[in-house]
Amino acid sequence: MAQAQGTLNRKMIVDWLGIVPFMLFAVLFLILPTLYLVTGAFFNPAGELTLQNFRDLAQPQIAAAYWISIKISFASALGGLLIGFFLAWAITMGGLPGWIRSFVLTFSGVASNFAGVPLAFAFLATLGRTGLLTWLLAEFFGFNIYGHGFNLLSFFGLTLVYMYFQIPLMVLIITPALDGLKKEWNEAASILGATTTQYWTMVVLPILWPSLMGTFLLLFANSFGAIATAYALAGPAINIVPIQLYAQIRGDVLHNPNLGYAVALGMVVITGISNFLYIWLRMRAERWQK
Amino acid sequence: MNGKKILAWFAVAIGSLYFLLPLVATFEFSMRMRRGEYSFDAYRSVFADIQFRETFSYSILMALLTILVGMLLIVPTAYWVRLRLPQIRPIVEFITLLPLVIPAIVIVFGYLRLYNSSSFLPLTGSDRGTDILLVFAFMTLSLPYMYRSVDTSMRAIDVRTLTEAAESLGASWTTIMFRCIFPNVISGVLSGAFIAFAIVIGEFTMPSLLNRPAFGPYLQLIGANRAYEPPALAMIAFAMTWASMGLINLASRLQKVSRARV
Repeated sequence: MAQAQGTLNRKMIVDWLGIVPFMLFAVLFLILPTLYLVTGAFFNPAGELTLQNFRDLAQPQIAAAYWISIKISFASALGGLLIGFFLAWAITMGGLPGWIRSFVLTFSGVASNFAGVPLAFAFLATLGRTGLLTWLLAEFFGFNIYGHGFNLLSFFGLTLVYMYFQIPLMVLIITPALDGLKKEWNEAASILGATTTQYWTMVVLPILWPSLMGTFLLLFANSFGAIATAYALAGPAINIVPIQLYAQIRGDVLHNPNLGYAVALGMVVITGISNFLYIWLRMRAERWQK
Repeated sequence: MNGKKILAWFAVAIGSLYFLLPLVATFEFSMRMRRGEYSFDAYRSVFADIQFRETFSYSILMALLTILVGMLLIVPTAYWVRLRLPQIRPIVEFITLLPLVIPAIVIVFGYLRLYNSSSFLPLTGSDRGTDILLVFAFMTLSLPYMYRSVDTSMRAIDVRTLTEAAESLGASWTTIMFRCIFPNVISGVLSGAFIAFAIVIGEFTMPSLLNRPAFGPYLQLIGANRAYEPPALAMIAFAMTWASMGLINLASRLQKVSRARV
């Protein structure tokens, strides 16, 4: 009896030992570094517990960065959502040839991963001051976009650039959800006398809204943390949160390391909330896809 | 019915315009280096640049190390969780999603504070140490994708029966792992590896803040200083992303074929 207990315990110990390398990796390279910043945000440079860092987040420079970041992320997520949905609808229900569907899906896989510095180069070559589209518009339509206040580094410009990876991500996520809409639901609705509008507003949207909301939040977090594209477009000139944090890490531009931790914590809170809501909504959405 | 089809074609047309125009413009711009005519001079100049070769091979090496170490960690973990510790599964899955929640710049910020030269583990004190830290940083970045693709292909095989069969034939743990489990989840390992490669190869934030000569920071540097090389590099990066995605498709097709044979 005692021996059986012993083997049982040893088996349990072996079981738990198997997970140790992974847990060690997670603690050392994910959890501890984040915790370090999180706790640092609650102290002042003298090592005293304080909430002053969070009050300081309200200073104009930082508050403006958060506001611009939130605006750009919101707009590019919304644009990605609407246009991506339109595209996904077209390839699933639009009655298009099959090769278009597979081309759009493959291209979306590529474009959703085509971010960072090269994306900035591509848009500079398109809509920069000597870009092809800038030139075409000026040459053939006499319309100088820079003369009309367009700027790639503005809110509108960055949103346009970010949608290049937001739209494909939306297409990739929502296409399976649209495929999951059963034909029978449409038939049942039309037998009961529903119009197309009624079918969409009373059947499709209630089923899809967790997917739509969830994807919106995922896209929001996706662009909120993005830095490389904006940095390559503008250098430190554009005031969004990740770039401000980058400058802070490089040279303590805020003159308070602990305030830097608070900026980082603010980012984690925003992307964290959107991601957790996304995961929760996706679990709700999956109920309909079984 | 006809209106619907027109609307669908309209969607695809607008989409193609938005997505293909920047590629066409980038290609056109990259050919403009020689005055008055189109040429591939920008590409020649890129490939002749010693810094391009150095940073590119550095990033490829880092990507390969990331994939190697990552898979050696992830495959046994996913296997172990399925076989022995199903109760811990939600926690492991939660951890694998964390890199999507915590932005890369925040993670690397933590590294710089935690592993500086006066800390308990002074990884950033030397170049070699920073390289090791960078491999772990890249592993966290690709963890969600690598874990998911391995775990998905592990779902398709009966881990318990395979293990018991191997054990009853007298196989050791290493034999079970490398001759039994790995070959059966190879398609998941491959697609995870290609995603990791596509993510790691052009990553800017982490190597830039860790001051390592990787391809991402090089791209940024060229972008700030040259005119025609950046679009050429963008075309090369796009081609590489396309190749990685193609290989992922190939890997998942491999899985379907092998499943069909069973």
